[in-house]
Amino acid sequence: MSKQYETVIGLEVHVELATKTKIFCGCSTAFGGAPNTHTCPVCTGMPGSLPVLNKQVVEYATAVGLATNCTITQNCKFDRKNYFYPDNPQNYQISQLYLPICRNGKVEIDVDGEKKDVRIHEIHMEEDAGKLVHDPWTGDSLVDFNRSGVPLIEIVSEPDMRSADEVIAYLEKLRLIIQYLGASDCKLQEGSMRADVNLSVREVGAEEFGTRTEMKNLNSFKAIKRAIEGEMERQIDLIEAGEKVVQETRRWDDTKGASYAMRSKEDAQDYRYFPDPDLVPVEISDEWIEEIRSAQPEFRDEKMKRYKEEYDLPDYDIDIITGSKHLADLFEATIALGSDPKEVSNWLMGETMRLVNESEMEIDDVAFSPEHLAKLIEMIKGNEINRKVGKEVFEKIFSENVDPVAYVEEHGLKSMNDEGALRATIEKIVADNPKSVEDYKAGKKKAIGFLVGQTMKATQGKANPGIVNQILNEILANI
Amino acid sequence: MANHIDDATIEYVGILAKLELSGEEKEQAKKDMESMLDYVDKLNELDTSGVEPMSHVFPVHNVFREDVVTNGDGSEDTLANAPEEQDHAFVVPKTII
Repeated sequence: MSKQYETVIGLEVHVELATKTKIFCGCSTAFGGAPNTHTCPVCTGMPGSLPVLNKQVVEYATAVGLATNCTITQNCKFDRKNYFYPDNPQNYQISQLYLPICRNGKVEIDVDGEKKDVRIHEIHMEEDAGKLVHDPWTGDSLVDFNRSGVPLIEIVSEPDMRSADEVIAYLEKLRLIIQYLGASDCKLQEGSMRADVNLSVREVGAEEFGTRTEMKNLNSFKAIKRAIEGEMERQIDLIEAGEKVVQETRRWDDTKGASYAMRSKEDAQDYRYFPDPDLVPVEISDEWIEEIRSAQPEFRDEKMKRYKEEYDLPDYDIDIITGSKHLADLFEATIALGSDPKEVSNWLMGETMRLVNESEMEIDDVAFSPEHLAKLIEMIKGNEINRKVGKEVFEKIFSENVDPVAYVEEHGLKSMNDEGALRATIEKIVADNPKSVEDYKAGKKKAIGFLVGQTMKATQGKANPGIVNQILNEILANI
Repeated sequence: MANHIDDATIEYVGILAKLELSGEEKEQAKKDMESMLDYVDKLNELDTSGVEPMSHVFPVHNVFREDVVTNGDGSEDTLANAPEEQDHAFVVPKTII
């Protein structure tokens, strides 16, 4: 029997804040501009330029700190982290080492019903670096400084996680808190949330931590899970073979399913931090903290409780809807227009999720307006269209955000509620299908389904099923 | 001089600062650093207990910008500093992350 090992994991999570401008200058943070269009002397580190802090960055960072039970450092400041790299035009990154804005927080995670706290060591504010693109033809690298100076917060956890599942639960928790705050959209694929994993293994029961490695380049939850499992195995193999784990930074290659060492030992990580003399200290008063606290939105846990109490939705539905701030907003906006909560939930849980999965998109990218869903629900409720037609119209709402009223009008999809016209159609169908009528009379109640089907077909699916059933039963009873 | 900078230290500091120093320059740099450290030792003789560490020379705090875009397309000025340019970007020697 081999030894039992335990994995010890701590995370450094970088989150790009949703500000309109960079952290120290008035350049736009908009995504997708042509290279170097969002640059100025400040974010390209020109000598003599002077950084001025974006107030919104302090407010977002404080809000995240409060929501993760941190103590706010009411007198904090910025430091310079010195290193040479082409993506960093100043040759230093403005960050916070000595007095980070938030400290000593915690969030509660839940893995298969087991609750536990993950402690947060600190959260600090810093600036992002530029982007390097490698040209495989020339062998050169191209530098775009549009991202240089985009505000980040780095959330550093304590080494409190013991499995990939706990790591995912922690990241999900952070993502939702920050999304609910509106402080970032937290998209791993697009890099607005990035996680570095610090991992070591030790024998179960050991007091001391093993030597840890840091893994970078993890841009999906799946990649994080695979990287953790791969690194855990690699370290255990080393220990079992009597070798030592080397403290190093490793880059995960998700396509190869393996990691490799990024930095050599002689490339010392000595950042020679010192206080940034260009930036004045930040003082966050009690009043300011209270202002930020009172503007906090309703968080997921509170929302879940309220949905249960107010709308009595099933737990599963509540879990899915509140699992995306975007979906919860859509749900609430539709209800605010007067739609029945259960009905709205059904459309989101059923048709919306089906179409999201079929088109392999993210829930956060669902783009139809609540007005259109509300109108659709109202049309079905008022028997203007039947549910089947409603589903077809919804597909158009989902894909093109069409106005259902105009769409139904334009395509002649209104329900046939005219009893007289329907009665004539049904009488003809009954006359044309004596076999089914006979079967029905002989006790095969299912035969009525065929007649309903024929009626729907004859009316291109527009007949009101309730009225059809009622008329059919009447006619059949009188035969 | 009380402080002594050895060859290994000056070599290390040189690597961190991306400086290649000649033998003569190294000797000069060692002397300079030694005298700087001596000066710091001198300052350390002062009793500063009870004195708040100062992070900034002016008694100013909370200088902020509002989150409003004030800069337009700065690429022309920015790229004017590029020794070599391609596709609106700076060209640098191959860099592996």
